Amino acid sequence: MAELTMGAVQFAERSNLKRFIATDSFFKYLTRAAAITVLAILFGVFVSLTLGAWPAFRAFGLDFLTVQTWNPVTEKFGALAPIYGTILTSLIAMLIAVPVGIGIAIFLTELCPRLLRQPIGIAIELLAGIPSIIYGIWGLFVFAPFLQQHVQPALIGFFGGVPILNQFFAGPPYGIGMFTAGLILAIMVIPFISSISRDVFDTTPAVLKESAYALGCTKWEVIWSVVLPFGRSGVLGGVMLGLGRALGETMAVTFVIGNAHRISASILAPGTTISATIANEFTEAVGDLYTASLIALGFILFVITFIVLAIARYMLSRLELKTR
Amino acid sequence: MMSLYSRRVVRNKVWLSLSVGAAGFGLLWLVLILSTLVWNGIAGLSLSVFTEMTPPPGSAGGLLNPIVGSLIMTLIAVAIGTPIGMLAGTYMAEYGRYDRITYAIRIINDILLSAPSIIVGLFIYEILVVTMGHFSGFAGAVSLAVIVIPVVVRTTEDMLLLVPNQMREAASALGAPQWFVISRVAYRGAQAGMVTGVLLAVARISGETAPLLFTALNNQFWGVNLNAPMPSLPVVIFQFALSPYEDWQRLAWTGALIITVAVLSLSILARVLLSKGVER
Repeated sequence: MAELTMGAVQFAERSNLKRFIATDSFFKYLTRAAAITVLAILFGVFVSLTLGAWPAFRAFGLDFLTVQTWNPVTEKFGALAPIYGTILTSLIAMLIAVPVGIGIAIFLTELCPRLLRQPIGIAIELLAGIPSIIYGIWGLFVFAPFLQQHVQPALIGFFGGVPILNQFFAGPPYGIGMFTAGLILAIMVIPFISSISRDVFDTTPAVLKESAYALGCTKWEVIWSVVLPFGRSGVLGGVMLGLGRALGETMAVTFVIGNAHRISASILAPGTTISATIANEFTEAVGDLYTASLIALGFILFVITFIVLAIARYMLSRLELKTR
Repeated sequence: MMSLYSRRVVRNKVWLSLSVGAAGFGLLWLVLILSTLVWNGIAGLSLSVFTEMTPPPGSAGGLLNPIVGSLIMTLIAVAIGTPIGMLAGTYMAEYGRYDRITYAIRIINDILLSAPSIIVGLFIYEILVVTMGHFSGFAGAVSLAVIVIPVVVRTTEDMLLLVPNQMREAASALGAPQWFVISRVAYRGAQAGMVTGVLLAVARISGETAPLLFTALNNQFWGVNLNAPMPSLPVVIFQFALSPYEDWQRLAWTGALIITVAVLSLSILARVLLSKGVER
């Protein structure tokens, strides 16, 4: 506080007044410039990717999005297989991560003994802190062999006699492939969904829950008809945030996807995703068109994740308005 | 035929146990991943890991050059990213709190926060690697800095917004100009949180691989030249793990253990610091 009164005293001195005003406007413009840098980065990403991808878009046009061929030798590139792989792996991930993530959040907010709440919450969040390359190396050496030996043969056997479904679970158990990548993504996304959902559920006004209990609701009925509806938009925001991560995740997927540029009916087959293709091939890409096609893939990924994340933020901000 | 009452009770039990099961499922993966990591990583852990260079296949060696490379690039990334991030956060919470541009920056920053890191790598490749004509440690550091900025912006803004307005008003009432109020009052109140933000950013970038793949590339040899390709721990792990050589794979596991321990202890430290700061 001594400094403060000093500041006030100094301020009274006329000669210092000018300096103060100058410092203030300097500081103001400095911080403003830094803030605008954030905007500039996003703009720069957009422009540089557009420019880098331009040769590929000019050469292939809209066919780039609908053609499955990916042939560096003849320089014919189409993004359909990576786009398909990105969407399929994310879909598998979300199918598992959404119910599990929300389940964990329900457990942490409504069921868990108070004493265990923080340690379990932190443990789940640590799962989000583990770098993706760790998931990759673990997936390749531990998880994929396990799936190959135990889970995939069982799946193939189980669905073998079922029409239509046996198409999805066909073929030899490679271990690596779309299915494995989707499962690993699910593990990575669970903490995102659960930590946001937990924060959202915590904002449910106690009065609402208590009145439901007073009407004789069971715990589950309170959760289902009070807590979940109240936090709907927030949970959806968390899910979209998780989806954004799943779509763009690179290293964990690159290890276990198999990097095969084809679309297979079976989800057990190797495939590729946008980010895995870029990570695997970018430094080895010879020829401008090859590089441009990879950057075009990056551009597509950027646009997709941008839209998904923007929706996520919109949903979360709606919840903020509600609780304010 | 069950009565309505017992049906409700059963349904309650089923769903609640599913929720407990979900929590167990989540914890199971944490335990599985960490235990296999420790199991595989500790076997190769020895002093030589920290004192020797990455070996050619088939001979013994360590991870000294990638560890040093990672440290250098992380340090530079933090040195570039932290000031920009903190100043931007300051603008959003102080000078421009009610500006329309702040609203836009907040949305954009949140998107950058979760944007795929490989996109950042492509961006830096386009603007630095292509223009300089070669891969470099500097480009790697800049790409990490781009990841640091949104993390620091977010925590700085959040923490400054937590500082009660009365403190600012009291200082202003004494005649202090705004920069003085910000640097002596607001920053002091938000200190712990801002440091936490930097720690979280370091934790985030120390495991990042994707943006380094085609900016810093890799380097088998000792090198602290920022103008040349620079090895980093994550990229070396990526290369070694996918190689067919067993020594390399063992080193990859050890490197993975080192990174995980570093990252997790950083994020735990950040959490402790934050909870202490809030208590005060």
